[in-house]
Amino acid sequence: MLEYGWDAGVAISRFLDGLKAGKILGVRCNVCGRTVTPPRAFCELDFKPIDAWVELPDTGTINTYSICYITWDMKPLRKPQIPAVIEIDGTTPRAGFLHLIGGVKGSSVESIRKQLRVGMPVRAVWRKPDQREGAITDILHFEPVRGRRR
Amino acid sequence: MKRKPQRRVAVIGAGMSLFMRRALETGKELSYYAASQALETAGVRLKEIQAVVMATAPDAFDGVHMKGEWLLDGAGGVRKPYLRAYVGGGSGVFSIISGWTLVASGLFDLVLVVAEEKMSSCQPHPQGAFLTIFDHTIERPLGPNLLWIFSLEQHRYMATYGIRNEDIALVSVKNKRNALDHPVAQVAASLTVKDVLASEVVAWPVHRLMVSPISDGAAAIVLASEDVARRLSDKPIWVQGVGWSLDTSYWGNRDLAYPRYVERAARMAYEMAGISEPRRQIHVAEPYDPFAYKELHHLEGLQLSDKGKAPEDLARGRFERTGELPTCPSGGLMGVGNPIAAAGLMKLCELFWQLRGEAGARQVPGNPERGLAQAWGDLMQVGTVAILGVN
Ligand SMILES: [Zn+2]
Repeated sequence: MLEYGWDAGVAISRFLDGLKAGKILGVRCNVCGRTVTPPRAFCELDFKPIDAWVELPDTGTINTYSICYITWDMKPLRKPQIPAVIEIDGTTPRAGFLHLIGGVKGSSVESIRKQLRVGMPVRAVWRKPDQREGAITDILHFEPVRGRRR
Repeated sequence: MKRKPQRRVAVIGAGMSLFMRRALETGKELSYYAASQALETAGVRLKEIQAVVMATAPDAFDGVHMKGEWLLDGAGGVRKPYLRAYVGGGSGVFSIISGWTLVASGLFDLVLVVAEEKMSSCQPHPQGAFLTIFDHTIERPLGPNLLWIFSLEQHRYMATYGIRNEDIALVSVKNKRNALDHPVAQVAASLTVKDVLASEVVAWPVHRLMVSPISDGAAAIVLASEDVARRLSDKPIWVQGVGWSLDTSYWGNRDLAYPRYVERAARMAYEMAGISEPRRQIHVAEPYDPFAYKELHHLEGLQLSDKGKAPEDLARGRFERTGELPTCPSGGLMGVGNPIAAAGLMKLCELFWQLRGEAGARQVPGNPERGLAQAWGDLMQVGTVAILGVN
């Protein structure tokens, strides 16, 4: 079998270094005015280098989520995965990225939907610093922030 | 669009294989079957065909590198100018766009367009062919599968507009019922909304009966320049407009409730076709429906429903075969099946038959004069649109 040694690239390498340090980094383009994460070296709309790196909080809101009961080869999952698009606080609205939701009880659609809704505030749950490896999985998942209203 | 094309292009023949869960034929054999049928109905021999376009989706389905070249013999492309049209799920409609450019440009007068997919060879499940569409560094470590992005998009669409899953399940009901009249259909059925919602949840809010099946199949059409079309055909069906557009691969950075790339593709096609009021001027539509919600999502992007209102239009019967704007009278991907690239071209075959009044039990009433087909694909980022008409 072939294997691939992918380079993370200029922008994602810096993003991964940030995750290792417990920080979520984003980038800003002064032409379109967007602040986005995951970071990129250039703005794909204005086709110019990004203008600034920004450190973002590790909180955000659920743009959308799903409750997935199957694996890629259609094997059933007793405990579902909950993928979500998370909009990190401080980024431009509707600029989210893929991660997972955790800290939710039960495994039925009904019980999970009672605990989650679109627009709900969430916070990153991090690996312990000595276990981080500079990967997207340094954030274990996002979980609902209880008692916080926006 | 810089300027409108000068040469008109017509569809003069169409053909399809059966769509099925596992065909015993090879991809080349399926392609040959559809292509030879299209040639026969057009009254054209392969030696008169000047160029061939082949659409087929991921190489990973077949485990064959550069399968466009591998399928060439079945598509009738030997010793001819040949190109593969490939934008994932958008490929079927992109194939007629690619063929159209070859004829509209004046390069060729007769072009054969073939689309094939054989998903069943891929083990243990063809969904695995899509694992590598996710970013290798920041998405794949999370363990994503293809259903994630569609269930995420459907939920965002529902949450934005307050749409219920019952409203979306109705697409499966309509299309699977329409497909009962299609002789090549794989998953035609007479079901209720309750049946759809009683099927198991694969990735909430998506239930199993809201997902199109794994399919093998092929479809083909013959394109001709105006002079040649008038010589060969009593009822040429004209390509009035085409459009396509791709959005960013940072899919999480898009508004998932609205397919802006479909709007861009549609506006390009409408401008070319001289359409200013699509809801009045389009008489039959084949929006892309690999998932039930996608038909509604796409109808909004195509400007054929207001944002968030396609479910209401569906519920009041607007999209039934006898409704004001019949959508997926073929039965769509939800009913006829989804051999990816072939499913997109199937929609154009359907318009060809509908506009010629040859759709049999599927015929929409009122002598439709203009139809639209649309497809979508890759990381939910491709919009491809073609508009066909009787004049
Ligand atoms: Zn910019």
